[in-house]
Amino acid sequence: MNRVDDVLLPELDGPVPATLPRALGLVSLALGVGALAAPRSLARLTGVDDSPGAQEVIPAVGARELVHAVGLLTGRRPAGWAWTRVAGDALDLTLLSRAMADSRGERRRRVALTTAAVAGIAALDTAVAIAAGRARRARARVIRMEIAVTVNRSPAEAYRFWRDMENLPTFMAHLESVRADDLRRSHWVARGPAGRHVEWDAEIIDDQPNRSITWRSLPGTRVANSGRVRFVPAPGDRGTEVRVHLRYAPPAGALGRAVAKLFGEEPEQQVRDDLRRFKQVLEAGEVVRSEGSPNGISVRQQAMQRPAQPLPASRR
Amino acid sequence: MKATAWMGADSVKVIDVPDPTIMNARDAIVKISTTAICGSDLHLYHGYIPAMRRGDILGHEFMGEVVEVGPQVRNLKPGDRVVVPFPIACGHCSSCQRGLYSVCENSNPNAGIAEKVMGHSPAGIFGYSHLLGGYAGGQAEYARVPFADVGPLKVPDDIPDDQAVLLADVFPTGYMGAEMCDIRPGQVIAVWGAGPVGLLAAASARLLGAERVIVIDRFPYRLRLAEEHAGAETINYDEADVLDTLNEMTAGRGPDACIDAVGLEGHHGNAALYAYDRAKQATRTETERPFALREAILACRSGGVVSVVGAYGGVVDKFPMGAFMNRSLIMRTGQCHVQRYTRPLLERIQRGEIDPSFIVSHRLPLRDAPKGYKIFQKKQDDCTKVLLTV
Ligand SMILES: [Zn+2]
Ligand SMILES: [Zn+2]
Repeated sequence: MNRVDDVLLPELDGPVPATLPRALGLVSLALGVGALAAPRSLARLTGVDDSPGAQEVIPAVGARELVHAVGLLTGRRPAGWAWTRVAGDALDLTLLSRAMADSRGERRRRVALTTAAVAGIAALDTAVAIAAGRARRARARVIRMEIAVTVNRSPAEAYRFWRDMENLPTFMAHLESVRADDLRRSHWVARGPAGRHVEWDAEIIDDQPNRSITWRSLPGTRVANSGRVRFVPAPGDRGTEVRVHLRYAPPAGALGRAVAKLFGEEPEQQVRDDLRRFKQVLEAGEVVRSEGSPNGISVRQQAMQRPAQPLPASRR
Repeated sequence: MKATAWMGADSVKVIDVPDPTIMNARDAIVKISTTAICGSDLHLYHGYIPAMRRGDILGHEFMGEVVEVGPQVRNLKPGDRVVVPFPIACGHCSSCQRGLYSVCENSNPNAGIAEKVMGHSPAGIFGYSHLLGGYAGGQAEYARVPFADVGPLKVPDDIPDDQAVLLADVFPTGYMGAEMCDIRPGQVIAVWGAGPVGLLAAASARLLGAERVIVIDRFPYRLRLAEEHAGAETINYDEADVLDTLNEMTAGRGPDACIDAVGLEGHHGNAALYAYDRAKQATRTETERPFALREAILACRSGGVVSVVGAYGGVVDKFPMGAFMNRSLIMRTGQCHVQRYTRPLLERIQRGEIDPSFIVSHRLPLRDAPKGYKIFQKKQDDCTKVLLTV
């Protein structure tokens, strides 16, 4: 089995962006059906029954709500549909403010209540639209990669070294520390450019001794990430194929740029180099260093290395 | 300490640099007694190997005395006299375990860069560009030797430096060139290049039982060494057509195996052909001048072996693939897996079967390294091999 399914990430795949738009869709459906089936009762209830044109406007609003309902309930592009709802809310608020100016007494009170309710819904719509948009952009930024190395050690040895999460910074150049809180949970600190730190908590969600380890960041991190490492016996007694599957979503903005730098301009190269160091540690017992390369002797300084790139054509 | 540094194309200088230190548990520090300038250092000198930086310390053939060892080095102690193989090898990866030390999978910390250029990365090499690890070289007073529990060979006191230092590179390289020919009784071996590696390949071919050895070069003094010390017949390609002469010498068969001990900066008797490759190399449309390789392929008998130990760095032009395929040739190549050969070759020296030091023409103090590069480059003063005494 070579395909590895994505490990679900609460930040990206969790229920928040999916269910709220659906709930709004149901609200739209109820409003739309109500407005079309009983426009008079609705007009009375909202206090606009004597406004000029209310008999024509209410069914139109109902039809519009039905369109929102269909869009939101099909679940495609929830951010876009939530924003159309916000636009609809703005229109409704304009109509209500005109009705408010025209009405008096008990009607005015009802119109005021309706206006407050619509304003609340508008705020909720806006929040959902922003959240759904953010989730969509994060999903678009998600970086996935699958990188493998062959290590001349048994799957058990490779698994054992990796399973002790505190060993990870010895070969993952961008990690400053990993603290294992217990057998499942760990706290990760990565060092970014200009002294920035990025921290997150992760949990092991599947652990198959000598075969694979699957982990993901806990909800609340700004750098959602997940991964799985498999230890597959290499054919011909050549040790272990260590296959790493990674998925992460760098946030937008300044932190996002820091995270992007953290993983190097070529994230795949960074992970490949990490795996090469994992092989060095297991086979040779140490991370290999030279005086003139990666500008220094510590793993962390290796992280600052210029990413590998084709050599300039002329060096004469 | 003093060290020989690459300062740009055609420029080396002996400069003051910090002493090396132990960086890893398997390191040793060696106080160098003798080091050498290798023919492949001239490729660096001429600026043909990419990824050199100003100030890089040169040198990959050296020997000396262990002065410090890391905690994981248990087979060496301060005071041991050792010769250090030029490829750096971890001893534990599958390549090392199969004896393919020069393609060690762990010893190049810049493997990512090498992979982009070569597909996979070979081993790191002392003083041989950042592509091959960015390790400081041994044309210096001291050198840091990584994986010192695997590479260095202890040398007995009765073997002089002049013989022992050649075990770091040129003797094993020449020997491997001959070994890859699978020499059987009655065979004729041709060697392109009478530099140190070519001369030692010719001598090794004799040692391995070749009936005749033919050495091709253009410097009479080098051809004379081949005749005197390797029992070789010779062809001066400035004076004779190589293919015709080889065919005539072997009655139309061609040599059973051909060793390319020239590499990327070959010369050619034909001025037009030479100009073609020189121009392409200058404009970087090819990185090599593979005259010797082309000629070896055309000369080799059908079904024979072409053994390549000359250094190549990039892409060759006009490779005679038609001849190579249609005539069932076999090509075997490689940077030398020196660690595999140091002990058996030391034993051959001890038994008096061979004295490789016949190639040494010059001994200079380290501070004269720039002069050494110059006379070796220009083949002045009958120069074949320069040793630097520290
Ligand atoms: Zn060499
Ligand atoms: Zn190795």
